[in-house]
Amino acid sequence: MASQSARRWASALLSPTGIAAVLGLAVVAVAAVLGPIIWGERASATDLLALSQPPTPEHLFGTDAAGRDVLARTLVATRLSVLMALAASGFGIVAGVLFGLLPGVLPARAGRFVVAVFNFAIAFPGLLITIFLSVIFGQGSLGAVLAIGLSIVPAYARLTHTLASSVDGRDFVAAARILGVGKSKVVFRHILPNIAGPLIVNASVTVGGALIAFASLSFLGLGVQPPEFDWGRMLSEGLGRIFVNPATALAPGIAVVLAGITFTLAGETIARATGVNPGPSSRLRPWRFAKILANDATAVAAQNAGTADKVLSVRNLRVAVPTDAGWFEPVKGISFSVARGELVGMVGESGSGKSLSCMAAAGLVEYPLRVCADLVEFDGVPLLQGERRPPGSSGRKIQRLLGTRLAMVFQDPMSSLNPALKVGTQVAEPGFLHGGLSRRAAWAKAVRRLEDVKIPLATKRAHQHPHELSGGMRQRVMIAMGLMGSPALIIADEPTTALDVTVQREVLSVLNDVHNDTGAAILMISHDMAVVTGLCTRVLVMYQGQLVEDLPTAELLAGKARHPYTRALLAAVPDMDTDRSLPMPTIAEGMDFSAGPSARGEELEEVLS
Amino acid sequence: MSKSPAPEITAAPGVIRSSNLTSGGGHGWFASGSWSLFAVRRGGRFAGSVVALVTVAFLMLQLIPGDPARASLGPTASIEAVALRRHELGLDQSLVLQYLQFWRGLLTGQPGDSISLRVPVADVIASRFPATAQLALLTLAVVLVLAIPLGLLAAAMTRGGRRRGIELGFNSTAGFFAVIPEFLLGVGLIYVFAVSFHVFPVAGQSGPLSYVLPVAALSIGSTAALARIVRSEALGVLEQDYLRTARAKRMPPLRVYLRHALPNLMTSTLTIAGLFLGSLIAGTVLVETIFAWPGLGTTIVSSILTKDYPLAQTLVVVYGGIVLLINLLVDVLLAVLDPRSTIKES
Repeated sequence: MASQSARRWASALLSPTGIAAVLGLAVVAVAAVLGPIIWGERASATDLLALSQPPTPEHLFGTDAAGRDVLARTLVATRLSVLMALAASGFGIVAGVLFGLLPGVLPARAGRFVVAVFNFAIAFPGLLITIFLSVIFGQGSLGAVLAIGLSIVPAYARLTHTLASSVDGRDFVAAARILGVGKSKVVFRHILPNIAGPLIVNASVTVGGALIAFASLSFLGLGVQPPEFDWGRMLSEGLGRIFVNPATALAPGIAVVLAGITFTLAGETIARATGVNPGPSSRLRPWRFAKILANDATAVAAQNAGTADKVLSVRNLRVAVPTDAGWFEPVKGISFSVARGELVGMVGESGSGKSLSCMAAAGLVEYPLRVCADLVEFDGVPLLQGERRPPGSSGRKIQRLLGTRLAMVFQDPMSSLNPALKVGTQVAEPGFLHGGLSRRAAWAKAVRRLEDVKIPLATKRAHQHPHELSGGMRQRVMIAMGLMGSPALIIADEPTTALDVTVQREVLSVLNDVHNDTGAAILMISHDMAVVTGLCTRVLVMYQGQLVEDLPTAELLAGKARHPYTRALLAAVPDMDTDRSLPMPTIAEGMDFSAGPSARGEELEEVLS
Repeated sequence: MSKSPAPEITAAPGVIRSSNLTSGGGHGWFASGSWSLFAVRRGGRFAGSVVALVTVAFLMLQLIPGDPARASLGPTASIEAVALRRHELGLDQSLVLQYLQFWRGLLTGQPGDSISLRVPVADVIASRFPATAQLALLTLAVVLVLAIPLGLLAAAMTRGGRRRGIELGFNSTAGFFAVIPEFLLGVGLIYVFAVSFHVFPVAGQSGPLSYVLPVAALSIGSTAALARIVRSEALGVLEQDYLRTARAKRMPPLRVYLRHALPNLMTSTLTIAGLFLGSLIAGTVLVETIFAWPGLGTTIVSSILTKDYPLAQTLVVVYGGIVLLINLLVDVLLAVLDPRSTIKES
């Protein structure tokens, strides 16, 4: 563990952000400690012969109205500016954390009152609170520290309270309570150490904010009073002389910005080092896939010869996912096809790559995942050759084809419909985007399609938002959406998994009706053997990124499956004769079927546990 | 501090649960019951906050260490003058009476006279308020118009870890401008555009051109910060399943972003924009001072410096009231826009 955190610190500190933060902090620290010692005299030495001078080699940023060197004054002001920021932040953070933990220690009612107080205070911007407090505390550096310190309290109290509440529900806190640990001990021993990370990260940002707050306050004339001076004071003096000598405003301005950025960068570095906010991951080497076989036109033509009756042909499809350890291929070169009007099911355990294969074939797999195939052809049009669409093909035409001829139904109808748009709009979209209909005609067609999928009161439903519909109805809306075009293929990705059993049946029968009415082929992905064998005439079985079985449902049910995984899968489906006094058969965790069909069927008894 | 580190989204209290999701009632959630409940609850909180604000503003005078009358006149003033000032400030009355009179002054719109300006406080505020309101509203408009498209564009270009270079460039540019305080930006803008190139006036409110620099000084930082937030919110929305559905319909990318992603961003963006408007109000105090803008900001600063307590007290109530009002408006707007928001009342 220690070495891991050391490594994280090292990588955070050696990143550009970390290096900049360390350098910046070093400069600020040196200027704060040594500034007044080295340049103190020069900063207060008035040169009556050089009042308000523009930059000269002797005075790099010129002189102020009293003939004092602006650069020296800026450097000297570092100590007061930084010390005040640190003092105010320290005070504000400690008070804020204690205040934020208070609700956990106090009785419930008093705790709620405390929360109400800082919720009230946090509604007001920090600067307003600071200005308000500076009326009470008067002007001067001590008043400014108190005012800014106090203005930090509500935000920090709120942060602490939020973090503490999120930890409060965890098991170890509950356990401590059950063991009779006192309230304050729970808060300080069990909760505080677990929220320290984000609090520390924010502390650095707070110091940067305080620095700017002091500059603002002094700039308004409400902070540091002469003869003391900080960056804000110098800025406000410089602004008055901006026509005469802009450099006098420039030097303290640069100092404020650099110091502010330094503390922000330091916060980011700490966040990365403590793992509160991990930085970007390292770059990957480009994915290398096997050489694409067919690149010349004749080979493609030869391949196309057999695909005329196919609505979808996929050859050697591969998908790669970047991981920390390099590229991982969840789909390892599969080939399959769907004939026109065919009902095909694709089964496999979760993670077998079935869903990803179909998304990849439909062109819906997005960066950072990578897809390549020897060929993906849909409705007679090649979509993918290698990693991109075939040379010479029109992207717009392909999009239009897919938009009208390919329908998709996704697993979770709850999240697959846009919560902000009316159901009718979402269904009608393909009509006016691809179908050349007017919006009004598309809407009318959408209502008819909603009726087709047996949504009652379709006219009214079309005007509703998805959250006003039940789950089964939403899935039928998804199907209706696909019917706006004239789909040749419907890819249904676990369309019934998120639904309860009776609704599942309704959705399946709607899909079946659509198939009967329009002749559309269906490629149905499921992990439910019963659903697939009930609807489909052919079954594809995927296992660990490979297609291990491709045979008609009838043969599958007749026990002609070749691959041991398919047989195990099939044997795990209970039927009416299953002995219910025995535990249901399952496929043992960690079974490896990658040996393929050579494994003997007789081993099935061992496979099932 | 006007740009406090990443404002947390305060729990928007639009607690209107959609009780009858699947009823055919069309606008089921529009049931009057939940709306009046919302109005009572939110209105009650607003009233409570206003009472707290007025009380705090009242206590401000009492909390000043020593004698405020003496503080306002300085150590050399005669005892008679101090006694007179005590009377003017009402400090010779009982605390309860003072408190009630403070309320009466606010409610009748006659919170007494300004000590330094010798005119009614109400007149000062009435003549100064429009300039500040114009500045703040114009800035908010600029921020929203720029930040939302910028953030969305950045999200669209960098979603799913695409184009790391652009992501880095966007984040560091936005981060840089979000860190620079508006008063520094103001000074810089004056130097470049008013002093060096004489494009815009240095200070004051005189014609449309005089708005450019103050609005720019106020809006650049907020735009950068809001654009960053919009981008990260948009990245979340772009990962949603319903955007995969939108892509599966093969619609033009512009429609995916504007019609399908943008509406789902509005709730969080609005909540945050409300917080920004609050801090923008604070920012006007600084920017007005830089540009000698004839608004409330310059007035509150001078009232504090001249120890004009009646004016300062009333201005604290005005500024605080504006912030509370903004929060209220944002909550109402959120409840109207996103009635099924089930964000819990804190």
